[in-house]
Amino acid sequence: MRDTQKHIRIALPVAALALLVALPFLAQLAGQPALVTLATRMMILGLAASALNIALGFGGLISLGHAAFYGVGAYAAGILTTHAAEGTLFLGLIPGSDQLLVNMAAALLASGLAAAIIGALALRTSGIQFIMITLAFAQMLFFFFVALKAYGGDDGLSLRRRNQLFGLNMRDDATFFYVTLVVLLAWLGICARLLHSRFGLILGGIRQSERRMQAVGVDTFRYRWLAFVISGMGAGLAGALMANLGRFVSPDMMHWTTSGELLIMNVLGGAGTILGPAIGAFALIGFEAVLAGWTEHWQIILGPLLVLMVLAFRGGLARIGRRA
Amino acid sequence: MNMLSLRGVQASYGASQALFDISLDVGAGEVVTLMGRNGMGKTTTIRTIMGLMRAQAGHITFKGEDLIGLPADRVARLGIGLVPEGRLIFPTLSVRENLVATSSNRRGVNEPWSLDKIYELFPRLDERQDQMGATLSGGEQQMLAIGRALMTNPDLVILDEATEGLAPVIRTEIWRCIETLKARGQSILIVDKNIAVLERIADRHYVIEKGRTIWAGTSADLARDRDEVRKHVAF
Repeated sequence: MRDTQKHIRIALPVAALALLVALPFLAQLAGQPALVTLATRMMILGLAASALNIALGFGGLISLGHAAFYGVGAYAAGILTTHAAEGTLFLGLIPGSDQLLVNMAAALLASGLAAAIIGALALRTSGIQFIMITLAFAQMLFFFFVALKAYGGDDGLSLRRRNQLFGLNMRDDATFFYVTLVVLLAWLGICARLLHSRFGLILGGIRQSERRMQAVGVDTFRYRWLAFVISGMGAGLAGALMANLGRFVSPDMMHWTTSGELLIMNVLGGAGTILGPAIGAFALIGFEAVLAGWTEHWQIILGPLLVLMVLAFRGGLARIGRRA
Repeated sequence: MNMLSLRGVQASYGASQALFDISLDVGAGEVVTLMGRNGMGKTTTIRTIMGLMRAQAGHITFKGEDLIGLPADRVARLGIGLVPEGRLIFPTLSVRENLVATSSNRRGVNEPWSLDKIYELFPRLDERQDQMGATLSGGEQQMLAIGRALMTNPDLVILDEATEGLAPVIRTEIWRCIETLKARGQSILIVDKNIAVLERIADRHYVIEKGRTIWAGTSADLARDRDEVRKHVAF
């Protein structure tokens, strides 16, 4: 029985990865090239949800403000790309860039800085206050970018073309799909390392009882803050990829409903697991796509469906194999 | 020289005062007990030492440093390892993870405790190192709680009701462990009610009642005043 569970736990992710690798070819064969863009979107949101998972699933921090970091990452990439195209300097100091690696690093830095500041203030609270403070900061950033006319304001910022990477043809959706897949896998690898490191164990302990951890000498604020910053950086990285996928950045990326979607992905897929949030993203976006093609009132079906799934698969879809 | 020293400590839960005048000392390498009936302030005293609640008056010093006002994690990092009442291990972490997560928070200090040494002290934990904390028996959880405290390499270990609710055979094992620690020169403050065992393994004793220290003495004094002390320590 235990062997069967172990085999399922290994076989399912391997099969899913094989399917993902083959997807551009299968989509071509099926005459459905749009599937590649849809799957790329799923992976990017899976990355964002997985980033939230570090705060939520590992650290027990229910943040309703992660869309802010996702948006900051997107704007960091978008703004640098725009300045590169115009040949101007950002703030009169920083040259633009159309290189994906540079813009992803900028996104990590900007979203990490935002998370460091917001986390330093918000983590002094807990429970419902923490949820509301993260939401308030996200909405502040949302309205800041709405008012930022230099970068499109409410209308958002269009990018002429995707960022460059090692001379690859990034206009090709399949190429961008594989680049995103590599980034997602690298991020999930980092998450797995974190979860099993002493840092991850301490976060797990804090999630179970912060006072108990303090009583054994752990500066819990420092660990929670670090988890929040890493989590924000991951969301920012996803934002930079999304900006490239759609060649568009808008304040809507920072809206609280985006944070809500990331939370739903975690609950659906399994917060606290490595693959759960990504699985949740695939499930949620997949259902949205299928139902939206079926009826314009797809939300009426999706809502109850999500409730049923959460009730049927307690602990998330990622834990199905463990119960087999 | 005293390692831990409390003088005239007072503390309250909101408007309700729990400690009125607690004074005690623990010297280096000493095993000291804190006895008293339920509700007399033993655990409150420990919580106040650990910074889990704030003393409103009096002095608490550890290795000469004032503990009042310090957060719990700072107190623990100064070198006090707490084995709390009710054990309170981390149930969804394995035995090994429970120990590793809390190990060596003081950098640059010569640290005598390691995983191997904890497993040597408690072979049962070695056998169950991959088991989740929640699946251990009460006695094993207590061993894990002690091991977890030792992994912080403390100068002083505080055991709050470490044998409460355990089977006699497990209690014996816990007492044996405390004797081993004593032989290694570990300073220990024990909160318990088992006068007969404590008289044998500890050096000095304090009895508290209604938030006040009412009796203090050595094990020889305890042997002399045993009947009097027993009146204040229900068992």
